[in-house]
Amino acid sequence: MQNLKIKRLKQAVIKASKGIWNAVPMIICVVLLIGLLNVLIPKSTYSKVFTNSIFDPVIGGALGSILAGSPITSYILGGEFLAQGVSLVAITAFIVSWVTVGIVTLPAEIVMLGKKFAITRNAISFVFAILVAIITVGVLNLL
Amino acid sequence: MKQTSLLPFNQKIKLKLQDISKAWYFVISIIFIYIILGVIDFTKALESLQFSASVFIKIIPVFVLVFALMAITNYFVTPKKLAGWLNKKHGWLIAIVAGIISTGPIYMWYPMLQDLQKQGVKNGLIATFLYNRAIKPAHLPLIIIYFGLAFTVVLTIVMAVLSVIQGWLVEKIVDYF
Repeated sequence: MQNLKIKRLKQAVIKASKGIWNAVPMIICVVLLIGLLNVLIPKSTYSKVFTNSIFDPVIGGALGSILAGSPITSYILGGEFLAQGVSLVAITAFIVSWVTVGIVTLPAEIVMLGKKFAITRNAISFVFAILVAIITVGVLNLL
Repeated sequence: MKQTSLLPFNQKIKLKLQDISKAWYFVISIIFIYIILGVIDFTKALESLQFSASVFIKIIPVFVLVFALMAITNYFVTPKKLAGWLNKKHGWLIAIVAGIISTGPIYMWYPMLQDLQKQGVKNGLIATFLYNRAIKPAHLPLIIIYFGLAFTVVLTIVMAVLSVIQGWLVEKIVDYF
């Protein structure tokens, strides 16, 4: 009985190790890309892409999809955008797509979860980031 | 599943190399970009590397957590059982809660999700899990500070509800094509 438990534990650990090891190259890739993006694109340039038009939510969603890193960074950037007069719908689309859509992580997602799934999920998440933003701000206006 | 055990040795090696190269090609490409950047602007390349190193250090605890969770799941929950739970009616609720409580970067969870996908868990549930990673209880105070309590509450509810529709849509589209 004890031997069986140890054998099961061993198998569980080996399986987990294999799973993690398979993801290692992709994780290295994503982290190196995040480093490149963070240094090559200064944060002050982000707010300049907004045009104060109806396309701002789409721009916000697109910007959030391209950029990567901790969600905390997206809230701080979003706060800065708000102070600079960018619409709340655009900022909401930006912070939602930051976490839900990942252009930088797309190659990793394709390798791990499949091309069809990864592309469909990211495309739908992009549309939904804009939808979530419109609904959230719409509900807030009603309150 | 490939029956690799029945293949001759050289073909087995070829398959192994194919598997390895697929993922490592990306790493080599990024290293190449770093080398080019280093030639153009060494300081920027070094800054990027330092930033990446700081990210690596930050994700080590998450790596350990994900590894432990995977090992625990493998030990206590049989793949069939887990897939069965998630594929039941309340599977959506499990996917939402799991997405919310999961920590660390999204790509850290890919190995576990790949496992679940192989065990037959619906793509929609995996998509819902990934979508709900945007809701982080630990981050809520920060969102409240920047955007207010009402915004935070409404956004959280809207995201959780729409995550199910998003998951359902992903599933239908992936199954259709």
